[in-house]
Amino acid sequence: MLDGLTFSSYLFIVSLGLTIIFGVMKVLNLAHGGLYAWGAYTAAFLIGRAAVAGWPDWAGFPIILGAALVVGTVLGWALEFGILRFLRGRDEALVVLATFGILLMLEDAIMAVFGTDPFFAYQPMTYLGHVDIGGIARDLYGLTMIGTALVVAVAAWAGFKWTRFGKLLSTVIYDRELALTLGINVNRLFLGTFIIGAILGALGGAYVAPTTSVAPGLGMEVIVVSFAVVVIGGMGSIPGALVGSLIVGLVRALAVHKFPEYELFVVYVVMALVLAFRREGLFAPAKVRII
Amino acid sequence: MRDRTPLWLACAVAALAAASFFIPGWLLNQLLFAFGRGLAVLGLLVLWRAGLVSLGGALYFGLGAYSVALLQRAGVSDALGLVLTAATLSAAAGFVLGFLLKRYRGIFFAMMNLAFSMILYGATVKNRSLGSTDGFGVAQPSFFGVVFSEPAHAKLALFLMLLALGYGAMVLVHLYWKSTFGWLGTALRDNEIRVEYLGYSVERVIHIKYTLSALLGGLGGGFFAMGLGQVDPDSMLNWVASGELLFIMILSGPANVAAPFVGSFLFEVLRTYALDIAPLAWQFIIGATLVLLIFFAPNGVWSLLARPFVRKS
Repeated sequence: MLDGLTFSSYLFIVSLGLTIIFGVMKVLNLAHGGLYAWGAYTAAFLIGRAAVAGWPDWAGFPIILGAALVVGTVLGWALEFGILRFLRGRDEALVVLATFGILLMLEDAIMAVFGTDPFFAYQPMTYLGHVDIGGIARDLYGLTMIGTALVVAVAAWAGFKWTRFGKLLSTVIYDRELALTLGINVNRLFLGTFIIGAILGALGGAYVAPTTSVAPGLGMEVIVVSFAVVVIGGMGSIPGALVGSLIVGLVRALAVHKFPEYELFVVYVVMALVLAFRREGLFAPAKVRII
Repeated sequence: MRDRTPLWLACAVAALAAASFFIPGWLLNQLLFAFGRGLAVLGLLVLWRAGLVSLGGALYFGLGAYSVALLQRAGVSDALGLVLTAATLSAAAGFVLGFLLKRYRGIFFAMMNLAFSMILYGATVKNRSLGSTDGFGVAQPSFFGVVFSEPAHAKLALFLMLLALGYGAMVLVHLYWKSTFGWLGTALRDNEIRVEYLGYSVERVIHIKYTLSALLGGLGGGFFAMGLGQVDPDSMLNWVASGELLFIMILSGPANVAAPFVGSFLFEVLRTYALDIAPLAWQFIIGATLVLLIFFAPNGVWSLLARPFVRKS
C-alpha cells in the first residue's frame, strides 16, 4: 500500500506536467520522458559528485530541486522556443510524432553526455534512514516523496485558482482564439506552461534518481505509464492526474505483491477498462462539437 | 482517364523481382525487412487517411510475427499458408477489437491501441514458453512443398512471394482508396458529423479500415518474422516498435500506395548507416530526421520526389 503511494506520488508529479501541457497547448508531449530522464541523470550525477567532494548527504535535496529547475527551464525553453512553437496548428498526430523524435534525440543526448554506465545516488535515501510503520521498516525518503507530491498538488490547484497566471490559463484552455482577441499573449503563456510542465517532469526524474540505478532507457519506460495515468484521469485535468496516478500506483503495487507475473501490463488493462466505460477518461473536461 | 497506377506498380514490382536474382544477399535482406514493415505501414496509412493514428501498430505486426512462429511450432511449414493464416488471425483480432475501437478518436484511439499492444507485450514478456524477452527462432519455411537446401534461395523465394502479395495489397488498397468508402476516410478526417448527415455510418467506415489495417499489419509481421528468422517482443511488440512504424509512415507520406515501401527501405538504410557512423547516437539521428521531416516535408519524402512531376493547376 505504502509502496503504491510512493509510486503514485512520483507518477503524479510527472503526469501533472504532462496533463498541464496537454490541457493548455493540446500537445501530447512524448518528449516528457526525455525530460524525466534528464532530470534523473543530472540529479544522480551531481549527487555523486557532491558525495565525492565530501559534501554532507543532506545536500542531495537542494541538488534534486535545483537540478529539476535548471533542466526543466533550459530544456523546456529550448524545446518550446526552438521546435514546438513552429508546429502550432499542425496536425495533432504530426506534433506527437515530432515529440517522439525529440524523445529519441534526448535519450541519445543523455548517453553522449553522461555515458552508458548506470549511476547510483543513494546518499539522500540513506541519510533519512528508516522508520517503523506497523512493524515494517519503511524508507523515510519514500514518505517525503508523498509529501512533495501533496505539496505540488496543492500548489498546482491553488496556483490555477488564485493567481493571475492561472486565470489566464483557464481562459486560454477554454477558447484560445478568444483569448488572443482579448489581448492575452498566448505565446508567452504557452512558453510558461511548457516550462512548468518540463520542470515537473524533471522533478519526477530527479526525485526518483536516488531510489534506483539511473540507466539508459529510463524515460521510455516512464512515459507510457504516465500516459496511462493522464488518459485514465482525463487529458488536461489536474484532479484527473491525481486520481489516475493513485489508481495506477496502487494497482501496480498490488500486482507486484500479489501477482508479480501481471505487473507489466496490469496498468494497461486498467486503462483499457477505464476508457471502455468512460471514453475520454474519468475527469475529462466537456468539449464543444464542431459541426 | 484510365488509372495507370496498377500498371506501373506492376512494372516496378517486376523490375524488382528481376533484380532480386542479382542483388547481393545483404541488400535482399534489407529489402525483405523493409517491405515487411512497409506492408504494416500501408495498414497504418489506411487509418491515417481517416485522421486516425494508432500508437499500437506493433500490436498487429507482432501478432502476425508470433502467429507465424507459433504455427510453425505447431507443424505448419508452408510459407504462404503461414503468412495468410497470420494475416487472417490478425484481421480477426482487429475485427473483434474494432467493435470497441471504432468509438474512439484522436489521442484516445492512439492510447487504446497502445494499451492493447502493451497488454500483449507484457503477456509475451512474462511467458516463458514464448522465450520471454529473448523470443525464439523461426525456422526456414517451405514453399509449396519445396524445401530449399540453400538459405539464400529460400530468402529469394520469400522475397518473391512478398513482392507478389505486396503487389496484391497495393493494388487492392489503391482501388479501395478510389472507392466511395475510401474517399470517406478523407471526409471523416475533415468532419465526421457531415459524413453522418450524408447517410454513412462513421463507425462502420472506421471498423472496415481498422480491420484492413490489422490484416496488413499481420501480413507484414509474418513476413518480417520469416525474413528475420526470429521473433522477439522488444523489437516487434513494444511501443517503440509502434513508434518506428509511425516514423516510417511520416517518412513515406500518404500520397501513394507505394510510398510506404520506399519509405520503409529508406528507414532501413538510414538506420543501418546511422548505426554504422554513430553507434551510440543513431536514435539521435533518427529523431532529428523525424523532426526535420515534420518541419519541411510533412507529406513525406514521396512528396519531395514527386514534386517535379506534379503539374500546377
